[in-house]
Amino acid sequence: MDEPKLGEGALVVRFAGDSGDGIQLTGTRFTAAAAFTGADVSTFPDFPAEIRAPAGTTYGVSAFQIQIGRRTVRTPGDRVDVLVALNPAALMVNLDELRPGGVIVADSAAFTDRNLKKAGYAASPLDDGSLDGYRLVALDVTKLTAEAVKPAGVKARDAGRARNFWTLGLVLWLTGGDVAKSAAWIAERFKANAQLVDANTRALEAGHAFGDTAELARVEPVLEAGPSPLPGGRYRSISGADALCLGLVTGAHLADLELVYGSYPITPASSMLHGLARLGAYGVDVFQAEDEIAAIGVALGASYAGKLGITGSSGPGMALKTEMLGLALAAELPLVVIDAQRGGPSTGLPTKTEQSDLLQAVLGRNADSPLPVLAAATPHDAFEMAIEAIRLAVRAMTPVILLTDGFLANATEPWAIPDLAALAPIERPPHGTRQPYEHDPETLARPWIPAGTPGLRHRIGGLERQDGTGSVSYEPANHQRMTELRHARVARLADAVAEQAFEAGGTDDDILVVGWGSTYGALTSAVDQLRGEGLKVAQLHLRHLSPLPRNLGDLLAAFDRVLVAELNMGQLALLLQGRYARPVASLTKVAGRPFGIGEIKNRVRAELGVEA
Amino acid sequence: MSDTLDQAVPAAPERSASPRTAKDYASDMEVRWCPGCGDYAILKAVQKTLAELEADPDRTVFLSGIGCAARFPYYVDTYGFHTIHGRAAAIATGVKLAQPELDVWVVSGDGDSLSIGGNHLLHLLRRNVDLVYLLFNNEVYGLTKGQASPTSPVGQVTPSTPGGSLDAPVHAGRYVLGCGGTFFARVPDVAQAQQVEVMKAAHAHAGTGFVEILQNCIVYHDGAWSTVTDKKTAAERQLWCRHGEPLRFGEGGAKALRLNAAALTLEAFTPGVDGEAAEVLVHDAGNPMLARLLCELDEPTALGVIHRRDAAVSERRHHAARPPQRREPAALQELLNGSDTWRI
Repeated sequence: MDEPKLGEGALVVRFAGDSGDGIQLTGTRFTAAAAFTGADVSTFPDFPAEIRAPAGTTYGVSAFQIQIGRRTVRTPGDRVDVLVALNPAALMVNLDELRPGGVIVADSAAFTDRNLKKAGYAASPLDDGSLDGYRLVALDVTKLTAEAVKPAGVKARDAGRARNFWTLGLVLWLTGGDVAKSAAWIAERFKANAQLVDANTRALEAGHAFGDTAELARVEPVLEAGPSPLPGGRYRSISGADALCLGLVTGAHLADLELVYGSYPITPASSMLHGLARLGAYGVDVFQAEDEIAAIGVALGASYAGKLGITGSSGPGMALKTEMLGLALAAELPLVVIDAQRGGPSTGLPTKTEQSDLLQAVLGRNADSPLPVLAAATPHDAFEMAIEAIRLAVRAMTPVILLTDGFLANATEPWAIPDLAALAPIERPPHGTRQPYEHDPETLARPWIPAGTPGLRHRIGGLERQDGTGSVSYEPANHQRMTELRHARVARLADAVAEQAFEAGGTDDDILVVGWGSTYGALTSAVDQLRGEGLKVAQLHLRHLSPLPRNLGDLLAAFDRVLVAELNMGQLALLLQGRYARPVASLTKVAGRPFGIGEIKNRVRAELGVEA
Repeated sequence: MSDTLDQAVPAAPERSASPRTAKDYASDMEVRWCPGCGDYAILKAVQKTLAELEADPDRTVFLSGIGCAARFPYYVDTYGFHTIHGRAAAIATGVKLAQPELDVWVVSGDGDSLSIGGNHLLHLLRRNVDLVYLLFNNEVYGLTKGQASPTSPVGQVTPSTPGGSLDAPVHAGRYVLGCGGTFFARVPDVAQAQQVEVMKAAHAHAGTGFVEILQNCIVYHDGAWSTVTDKKTAAERQLWCRHGEPLRFGEGGAKALRLNAAALTLEAFTPGVDGEAAEVLVHDAGNPMLARLLCELDEPTALGVIHRRDAAVSERRHHAARPPQRREPAALQELLNGSDTWRI
């Protein structure tokens, strides 16, 4: 069996409706209520590129998926157990994801002839028997909500806005939860408007009470209090984008630096722009530049003047930043560049996830221009890797690219809040009176001498520099040496990071699954389950993609079969084969969606010649 | 010629006490512009300006993009960053954001500023970043061997336009004023004393002090500005604008400008001959409409500080908008904790 079934301690709920229906809010509040009970959660918001697509259309459907577990969950789930469809289009788009026998909660009021036609239904699926294989809970949510909020004095036409809270209440009941946490949130969020608090609370409570009085069978009581699969500690919910912002601020603190974040709006990187813009009090200057080039230019100028420049973007914006990255590399200045990858090429799928900028990050510049490339694996790992990116940038005086993606940026999970005092400081070697391009014998980094430093004025730039003095040099031997230095500087960072460890298994296993980035959850879950079935599957997950971990070649050499899984057409596979001259099998997917656990397991079984 | 342009590093920590001279701001690098290039005169004027300002070389930064003009930072003994084509304005903005108190100068050419870097220049100007921006306008791409530039006049024959440049040129002054620039001055490379005067005014201006320097490229576009700079015709062609003074030109200031209200233009006339002295316009640098009209003039060509007005400075605005800083570890820990937590 590929997915845990109902009753196995985990449940996947997908809320879907029009992009104006408040689906993301409902999902977020349900997540908070679930996490508060000690459950493990993993979420996946899935919204359209259009801000307010025409109501009722399939391309305007917004969705939010969450997996809740009384056991460890690492992904939002392959198959949906409970689908909440607030209109026909939401049902049409999401029904394929629902497991046979799964629950459909539908607002029958929205299944009008007009909406059915827009969604592409000839007849209402609520009546024509086409949903017989599922447990259908069709309710006039619109009417029930209107009745519930009437005592709050809300006009009928405004009552629809509370529909998401009524639905939340119902789903809380179906999953064994209560409304206390959500009601407290409503009271705080709408405290400026007593009528809204009243109406939304009434809707929430009415939805919950409806489940009880109508005696709807509970689906899976994952929200009932019980033991938590998570280690003890203090938790909060965190998205990848928020974790990254906090990681940057924390990294800067650990390095005793202030940040200048230069950015130009682009999906899905804008969440970092918004996140950091709120952190001005913590030594962050956010600058919305005129374009992607200026965004990295401002960041580089800040690094030249002694603050730490950071910029963030997505694939198309990364392409525009390329020349400036080359300058940062030649000028040997620290810089952190975050690439929230999305589907491409060109504008591609702006709101959908993909891992297809790996080669662009590792190789995509003119000339021989290596730089460190990192990738975050999970939302909380984005915190760690943001700190790591700052550490490496400052250590080696180099631009560093940190890869995330649209899925990671928006996904949330419970986060054990770190203790700041327990985090290691980031050392910044003093510049002393070293020459501008006098390279440290160990790190091969030049001193960071911010413009304005008394007595050490000098000139730098994109022309090749003389090793040592930093004067302009066209000497053949010097260019050879400087090019080799640029390579060695990045390569030596492998000595400054931990050796690659296995996520699961070891060199005695029959196959090694290698991944990187946000596929971590799906890969780990798949390997976990396969090992549970007795298959000898090892797993490792790369966070450092350039340089690659120093022991990686040895680990790969220990396996006859290596399967590299990634959401692109085989970019890491190409790098590994080029670097280690050994064949690897490649599992690829570019559907704008994360891997499902099942598809990974099927492929591993196929590689091993094992039947499911 | 060696393959290395040396810089003395580390620079001598202290220079002679003031008064400083232009030589104090010369770096040890060998200057490599073509013999006879207008850039030499500009370099001298800048070094003289720095001396007169008693600029602290350690607190002064020259930034440039790409092109002949962009080699400038190597020749000034201050901090310097020779960056990439068209982007110096963006990088300079980052420098000012990080260290607003640094004295920043951007040196650029017509292609660097008005072609590849046009967008950055637009935003530098509308933000009013506090720096001096020197545009060396020689109407040609010199370093790439003479192609037509965005300021090349229609008909200019170059290797890329053998039949003559086809498209209308950009006028720096119109561009600067149109972008909301708060300071615009124009000066020929050969006018040494006026260059220093104008650069000092640009430096004193709080905001982007933009100076267009009419610069001669002796190799690819020699004589581009000769109608303005030729000693024989200079008096007739040069209109020096000084705030509060009458807009007069010609031998002994015999000619002047007046407003043709019907045509909404400035016109030249000779007071006492074809008009009254009372009609002579007095220069008001703070009037952006007058500045626009002055920029439209060709004969005579308006020079000096054509426009200067007070406006908020970008980086000061930015820093004023900064919330009170909470840099202590406890504050950061509180941020990490967030507001909605639970215990397991």
